[in-house]
Amino acid sequence: MTVMKPEMKSLTREKAKWMYEKMCEIRQFEDKVHEIFSKGVLPGFVHLYAGEEAVAVGVCAHLDEKDSITSTHRGHGHCIAKGCDLNGMMAEIYGKATGLCKGKGGSMHIADVEKGMLGANGIVGGGFPLAVGAALTAKLKKTGAVAVCFFGDGANNHGTFHEGINLAAIWKLPVIFVAENNGYAEATPFAYASSCKNIADRAIAYNIPGEIVDGKDVVAVYEAAERAILRARNGEGPTLIECKTYRNYGHFEGDAQKYKTAEEKEKHIKEWDAIAKFRRYVLSQQLLTEQELHEIERKVIETVKNAVEFAEQSPFPQAEDLLKDVYVSYQ
Amino acid sequence: MTRKISFSEAINEAMKLAMRKDENVILLGEDVAGGAAVDHLQDDEAWGGVMGVTKGLVQEFGRDRVLDTPIAEAGYIGASVTAAATGLRPIAELMFNDFIGSCLDEVMNQAAKLRYMFGGKAKVPLTIRTMHGAGFRAAAQHSQSLYALFTHIPGLKVVIPSTPQDAKGLLLSSIFDDDPVIFFEDKTLYNMKGEVEEGFYTIPIGKADIKREGSDLTIVAIGKQVHTALKAANMLADKGIEAEVVDPRSLSPLDEETILSSVAKTGRLIVIDEANPRCSAATDISALVADKGFDYLDAPIKMITAPHSPVPFSPVLEDLYLPTPEKVLKVVAEMIGDETIVTV
Ligand SMILES: Cc1ncc(C[n+]2csc(CCOP(=O)(O)OP(=O)(O)O)c2C)c(N)n1
Ligand SMILES: [Mg+2]
Repeated sequence: MTVMKPEMKSLTREKAKWMYEKMCEIRQFEDKVHEIFSKGVLPGFVHLYAGEEAVAVGVCAHLDEKDSITSTHRGHGHCIAKGCDLNGMMAEIYGKATGLCKGKGGSMHIADVEKGMLGANGIVGGGFPLAVGAALTAKLKKTGAVAVCFFGDGANNHGTFHEGINLAAIWKLPVIFVAENNGYAEATPFAYASSCKNIADRAIAYNIPGEIVDGKDVVAVYEAAERAILRARNGEGPTLIECKTYRNYGHFEGDAQKYKTAEEKEKHIKEWDAIAKFRRYVLSQQLLTEQELHEIERKVIETVKNAVEFAEQSPFPQAEDLLKDVYVSYQ
Repeated sequence: MTRKISFSEAINEAMKLAMRKDENVILLGEDVAGGAAVDHLQDDEAWGGVMGVTKGLVQEFGRDRVLDTPIAEAGYIGASVTAAATGLRPIAELMFNDFIGSCLDEVMNQAAKLRYMFGGKAKVPLTIRTMHGAGFRAAAQHSQSLYALFTHIPGLKVVIPSTPQDAKGLLLSSIFDDDPVIFFEDKTLYNMKGEVEEGFYTIPIGKADIKREGSDLTIVAIGKQVHTALKAANMLADKGIEAEVVDPRSLSPLDEETILSSVAKTGRLIVIDEANPRCSAATDISALVADKGFDYLDAPIKMITAPHSPVPFSPVLEDLYLPTPEKVLKVVAEMIGDETIVTV
């Protein structure tokens, strides 16, 4: 029997359409959460992904439901790119019973295991070994699946980074470690907290490929992810991809962001915006028409509006839910 | 002289006074200064911790003594252990006590045990300040109260203040204590204001405080739950029941004497602890009284705690999760066999 090895494909019209829609969904979702949060309606705190859309979307464009991802405290974008239901996500952020986690987890713990979304995470660095575990299952059960670990520049200094990547490397596990280097961990700049110039430079120590990508360019992310995922599916082991990106909002809602400069905000948010860039690209490549893009933009506004309505109209959990799902069984 | 300041300001003031008094006192943690190596940032614009508790310290003491760390708890908490053992007196901030998973070895196997293992030839004057507590809608990984975990480990001291005045005096004692102390700060208390003495003062670790005197029953409450107990006590007073509220203030060491003598006086004990109930501060204090004060008891000991579950996110569930004055009244009603006290 000859096994067909997966090969590189170029970006199709359908894929481009999906990518544009997902990026717009993430932006619209986060802008909406930003707006609602400022009214004091939402419980707890939220970390928004706006500005980093190209990373989640460029990578997840290659994944299907059997593939897993691990995420971070800034997880809404990963959830959307991995196909989580927006109504269920929004309801979760509101703490409603109809939320993807039945209101038990909230923004920082949105998960949908059936979709391969192994959870946003409240613990920085939590995702490294979790992705390795999913990849171990894929390898031993020969499912052909890969696991992607999204993590921040701050997380790259956590001990789990080393333990997770080393483990994936020695066992040649199908993991793609995707750094979202947005320049800051809370108020602490990457350049202060990390001894390396680039996160990808650390790959050499694990004997795996490390690649630096413009995280504002979804096509570049898409291509780098494709190389890494092919490698992983072909049993050649993990890859470390570093996407240079930027978060448009503060660390969490309410952060005054004095550590950023006006110029850098202007550049990243206005000039280098990933969605605008991709919009220009698909038009120039004649992948999508102006009319199609308009249609997507209109639809996305509607989708997010519906998600908010769904969340607001949904019931809260019941008292008896408090003790449900602590265990599968417990006597 | 006293004035009204917040719990958070009291903690900030204690650190400031300690750092002025002793140049070996340093502060390190994630964004405790904030914006390290950002050229344009003025020190007064720096974060000063996620909740602003350490604000202003970098302005006065500089970045050599107020150190922003990478997100590397095993690294900087571990380094604090031997920084303490070799001549400094570090205050290490573990942003949320839930992150102890990233550095438990450094606390449990290193800080706690060095002195004993080395035959008394080392001391570890380290204070780990950490945030705990539910009610902040912060979900399961940012809301726990893990003080029992540390109380279990010999070699560590465990301090949990409930008022601004106590927080300042106990933190100063913790910093100048020669043993490692885990200092718990309830995140929902930071804005609470109270009268706080000016200047340097200490409150001894291991000395409970009677927050309210009463003769009918004893309520021992931990941290923020002291306020639940006080509210319940006021409601009970309206029904003619006088509750004594005992705040242990530290779980290790535990002021057994104050607890036992209160129960000797009242004959009844309720423990309020918002942590999970198994192997907890509540069971520990209950066991103490069952063991050494059984003869004082006129009724079974009662515990009011969180259930044996993680902290839920949804506000409606989290409100059910926590102890409340109403829950206390219900337990008292059962305890004294008078249902009328729960009816308002
Ligand atoms: C183990 C642990 N330490 C600290 C924190 C607090 N914390 C939450 S997010 C964050 C910054 C993360 O920075 P980065 O990894 O760059 O992700 P970004 O927020 O930039 O997406 C910190 C310090 C945490 N949640 N978990
Ligand atoms: Mg970052």
